[in-house]
Amino acid sequence: MTSPQQFLLPDVGEGLTEAEILAWSVRPGDTVEVNQIIVEVETAKAAVELPSPYAGVVSALHAEVGGSLAVGKPLITIDTGPPGESADGRATRQPEPEQAALLVGYGPQSGGAGRRRRRSAAPQHGTSLPEDRVEAGRPDQVVERPAAKPPVRKLAKDLGVDLTTVTATGPGGTITREDVREAAERTAPENVPAPDKARPAETRIPIRGVRKHTAAAMVASAFTAPHVTEFITVDVTATMRLRELIAGRREFRDLRITPLLFFARALLIALAKTPEANSSWDETAQEIVLKHYVNLGVAAATDRGLVVPNVKGADRMSLRELAQALADLTATARAGRTSPQDMTGGTITLTNVGVFGVDTGTPILNPGEAAILAVGAVRRMPWVVRDDNGDERIEPRWVTQLALSFDHRLMDGRQGSELLAGVAEILHEPGLALL
Amino acid sequence: MAPTETAPPETAPSDPPIQLLDRSGKLSTDDRLPLDLATVDLATLHRDMTLTRRLDTEAIALQRQGELGLWPSLRGQEAAQVGAAHALRRQDMVFPTYREHGVAWCRGLDPVALLGLFRGTTLGGWDPYAHHFNLYTLVIGAQTLHAVGYAMGLHRDDSTGTGDPDRDTAVLAFLGDGALSEGETNEAFVWAAAQNLPVVFFCQNNQWAISAPYSVQSRIPAAQRAAGYGFPGIRVDGNDVLACLAATRQALHRARSGGGPTLIEAVTYRLNAHTTADDATRYRPAAETEDWAARDPLERLEAHLRSTGAVTDDHFTDLEQRERDLAEQLRAGCRELAEPDPASPFEHTYAQIPADLRQQLREHLEFVSTGPQDGERQ
Repeated sequence: MTSPQQFLLPDVGEGLTEAEILAWSVRPGDTVEVNQIIVEVETAKAAVELPSPYAGVVSALHAEVGGSLAVGKPLITIDTGPPGESADGRATRQPEPEQAALLVGYGPQSGGAGRRRRRSAAPQHGTSLPEDRVEAGRPDQVVERPAAKPPVRKLAKDLGVDLTTVTATGPGGTITREDVREAAERTAPENVPAPDKARPAETRIPIRGVRKHTAAAMVASAFTAPHVTEFITVDVTATMRLRELIAGRREFRDLRITPLLFFARALLIALAKTPEANSSWDETAQEIVLKHYVNLGVAAATDRGLVVPNVKGADRMSLRELAQALADLTATARAGRTSPQDMTGGTITLTNVGVFGVDTGTPILNPGEAAILAVGAVRRMPWVVRDDNGDERIEPRWVTQLALSFDHRLMDGRQGSELLAGVAEILHEPGLALL
Repeated sequence: MAPTETAPPETAPSDPPIQLLDRSGKLSTDDRLPLDLATVDLATLHRDMTLTRRLDTEAIALQRQGELGLWPSLRGQEAAQVGAAHALRRQDMVFPTYREHGVAWCRGLDPVALLGLFRGTTLGGWDPYAHHFNLYTLVIGAQTLHAVGYAMGLHRDDSTGTGDPDRDTAVLAFLGDGALSEGETNEAFVWAAAQNLPVVFFCQNNQWAISAPYSVQSRIPAAQRAAGYGFPGIRVDGNDVLACLAATRQALHRARSGGGPTLIEAVTYRLNAHTTADDATRYRPAAETEDWAARDPLERLEAHLRSTGAVTDDHFTDLEQRERDLAEQLRAGCRELAEPDPASPFEHTYAQIPADLRQQLREHLEFVSTGPQDGERQ
């Protein structure tokens, strides 16, 4: 008889309610030691590795990679007693799947969760286990983990080095940083040919998280709203000059004054004359909803993927307030802390593809919105300028390209062109904003 | 050009911190910080640092297993804490932050007691007078004022400058770099200086106040601030246990002799996140952490011990066994910590419970006895 122990998902970050399983380090049948890392989970706060509280043999994993699990729910079951050892009279604890979730995820694990015997590293079940693992293409999961410190493990992971193949030269047979680097150099050229067995020709990445969300939103948008995209090339030298002037002013001293701020401002001003671009299509009610407020979405590329948080009430903000709001929004997005609330309720979107060095693109609408403006890189370009005498010459100027996509159900070419030309006009001659 | 968020103000150039044991484990001397090696027990320093690290590692695992609500890791700061603690005499009083597990260990506290606060079974965990080690203080910088208050008492009891080694007493107050920006800390410095109090402020500058780097908090090294208050400041390599020991000995000796306060800045690094609920990778470059990991305080002491043959192999073998025993003691002890008595917060707030509080206590006990309500989580 064996003694199954369930490890319930703890709250690892003060008040979390769930976690997503990123990767299991063990499989049913594996022998685990106390504190051996068994799983990596991601919570709203951080990705963390969880160590096993029990020594024994894994009998079941209760969650799949990519799935979410509520705090307090069973994560893994581990048999802590080897077969035929029931005679020692140790208290056996049966799984308690219905144990209530704890407010902060810790506290008494009911029953005799006391001292447990340590076990040797040798597998107790099925001598063929190591071979099974190798066949399954996971040579890193052998029972004897090579000794290496966590930063070294991290380095190996980053360089794609399998620690079991590395020759250890460190004290006590541990693998050092240098060992990993050497191994990386040794294996790198061999890995280049495509048909190498060790390196598959394809990598399959599960679709989830931000990628999944983005994909669903883009498909919904592209196949619901008939898109039209228009382009314009504009000399923004005057805006760049204005930007320098404003950046030097005392009240803007602590803010980053970016070109994006002026593109956003120009869009907000021009939008006032084209209310159709700030509307939505209500299919159920058969109504067009004109919005008398602007929640300006700004697309941000983050480590976790594309997020589009929006600045609420952007049309009523001063330039300084808008600069602050944009700075906060991008900082929050980059830190991975954008809340769902920040991403809902947008009415129009601005996307700055120029940061990637390209001229422009054909943006796809954020679902439910009527228009999206893409801004390209601002470059020094030759431009035809006319002086006061009407003489023309070519000058180097700051030039950019804008692309506006709109929902043809809500707007026609006339409104779209009006808005795009309006934005371009203000960027070319910011003084017109005074009108 | 206007400063941007990515370009903090430049900090003033400064001398490197004083170091006696370099990162390869080589010893040197420094006229500013004399240390008689005959008075230093290297094996004990190594043992305490190793066991402190194991305590920390085990506590993190217990948190990840749901046994603790939170744990603030001291990894990387073992030399600073163990070095400072070994300079103490029995009667000296320590005022810790919530991260001084190494000092607690050296003062002889039951390591399991350290877990209680983080398991939520106690609001304190130990008798501050039993080991002359005050309770952990969670409010940043608050303990500096408590320390100064205690030092005022010593002053009034004539417990300094008598020349009697069993009577002369000093206070050792721990703080982090973040606390330097707190009002309390500055009040404590002002008061300690004005009254020439027997207190040593030991600042572990671990570079990060949660996510705020030291560079956005100060333009000068912490130790330089002391001059403005009117007492000596010394800057040592916080990953060098000998420099930390020597600086703290010197400062405590001055305090006990009636020479007044000192600020010690131990330049070190918090290798883990602020607590187990924090993700340092969101604000800290990995290269920086790796750079500091290469200056590990334990590795350099071990390298020294091995290269000089100051200890035998038995030292390391015995230590491994002690580590395993400590881990087992923590795992078992943690789960056996007694659940708190629901009445205890009421009973310990006033010497005599006022009538209205007594009424609240009755209602609270009644509420607790009914168990969780529908829709409520336990």
